[in-house]
Amino acid sequence: MNAAAPFDVERIRKDFPILSRELPGGRPLVYLDSGNSSQKPTQVIETMREHLAQHYGNVGRALHVLGSESTDAYEGARDKIAAFIGAPSRDEVIFTKNASEGLNLVAYAFGNPVNTDERFKLGPGDEIVISEMEHHSNIVPWQLLAQRTGATLRWFPVTDEGRLDISGLDDLVNERTKIVSIVHQSNVLGTVNSVSPILARVREVGALMMLDCSQSVPHQPIDVTELGVDFVAFTGHKMVGPSGIGVLWGRKELLDAMPPFLGGGEMIEAVWMDHSTYAPVPHKFEAGTPPIVEAVGLGAAVDYLTSIGMEEIKQHEKELTGYALEALQEIPGLRIIGPRTVVARGGTVSFTLEGIHPHDVGQILDDVYGIAVRVGHHCARPLHLRFGIPATTRASFYLYNTTAEIDALVRGLHHVQKVFG
Amino acid sequence: MYQELILEHYKHPQGRGLREPFDAEVHHVNPTCGDEVTMRVKVGDGGKVLDVSYDGQGCSISQAAASVLHELATGSTVHESLSVVDEFTRLMQGRGQVEPDEDVLGDAVAFAGVAKFPARVKCALLAWMAYKDALVRSQA
Repeated sequence: MNAAAPFDVERIRKDFPILSRELPGGRPLVYLDSGNSSQKPTQVIETMREHLAQHYGNVGRALHVLGSESTDAYEGARDKIAAFIGAPSRDEVIFTKNASEGLNLVAYAFGNPVNTDERFKLGPGDEIVISEMEHHSNIVPWQLLAQRTGATLRWFPVTDEGRLDISGLDDLVNERTKIVSIVHQSNVLGTVNSVSPILARVREVGALMMLDCSQSVPHQPIDVTELGVDFVAFTGHKMVGPSGIGVLWGRKELLDAMPPFLGGGEMIEAVWMDHSTYAPVPHKFEAGTPPIVEAVGLGAAVDYLTSIGMEEIKQHEKELTGYALEALQEIPGLRIIGPRTVVARGGTVSFTLEGIHPHDVGQILDDVYGIAVRVGHHCARPLHLRFGIPATTRASFYLYNTTAEIDALVRGLHHVQKVFG
Repeated sequence: MYQELILEHYKHPQGRGLREPFDAEVHHVNPTCGDEVTMRVKVGDGGKVLDVSYDGQGCSISQAAASVLHELATGSTVHESLSVVDEFTRLMQGRGQVEPDEDVLGDAVAFAGVAKFPARVKCALLAWMAYKDALVRSQA
């Protein structure tokens, strides 16, 4: 599909049935929480419904018509996703439950006695590098790995502006480093990290690099070959697809070298009572019946996003973000946590309101105006500690949001201030 | 939900700040939102609650609930105040279906609306659960 029609947000909104529902009390819905989870277009909902109603069977193992149609749809979704992210091979696209599983899967390959590949050897004296702006899903798996192996966990700090501080890059990433795993776009700050300077150093020292692209794949064109890293994880539900499905992309020769993460059905080649041999990738990492309908739904989601155009979506969000940053900064007592310009940042804007707790902000926005934002630490507690705050209010935008919704947010925030004034 | 009385207590918390002397101190956290409270109790002869002092951070509901608790518990007895805690807990866990006993609850009846918001019930209960815990420890 080619992006032909000009970007028309009103037309796009019609594709998302939920956006025209009314909340109790007749309030319209203003959905500014897509960084948490995005809404789904009819095209995705109908593809999933159609699959369940007409084609559903187990994949890879059923010989009948339904099994074959289901397998075609499931594997077809893999092809679509491979094309969407520019993967050199479809076999490099592994379906997971979510981004967390992808990150855990890669972490599990390190310091694992059954993995004899030199690049994955990890023990005391070796180092893992993450950053202070990570989601818990890109912190905890590496903490667990460090605890299992005795390796040292290190991290890039974050500047006051909300950028990755890479001034200590050469010290932080050194000959002891085995893996660097950082977020591509922060789920709190909106910051889009520049990959190439870090990757250059990673290559210099012979380490591997992983990117958490949960917040970037949905919002900008991503080409994994251009990024040049070794692993990329993202999740379906933030990119107009269903929940329960995520993707791990990895370079094939690395995936081939890695041990299975979960054992079970369909991940094997042959099984004896005392040992097994494994299926080639991607199936080596897809034990058990996978989320079939969800994978098919994710395929429909990338078709949908492609039909709109990722470059167009990025541009639309950039306009919304610029508009929001300007409007929000005019509110007295509002402090934006993250970059205050649209340069190298996406459409996620977190902030505090002086003297008012985010939970109260979120509650009143929802109760009075039907505005859905996220409040709390957004699964990035260390980042909030870094800024000396317990929580923030976060508005996150997507292709279906409008400047009128940002106006509503600003009106809502003025009202919140009046209540607590 | 945001009754005038709740906002009043939030803006002008009563009895806030940790004081000496005390019999027990507890620290309770609501991990889902990061609200926290540190609470001290001092119990005198005849089970009289001489002081309930506290400090914490969090949303208006959690902080106002601590302030109202201070007013209700200080000067009453352990026994009386625990029955208020029980009634308050019953109200909060009643999903908005429980008719509150105003005679028992006093100002705490203002929190009745919070019970309709399951995500916020823990905010209202934070200080009250901490108080109950502190009393148990003070008697130990």
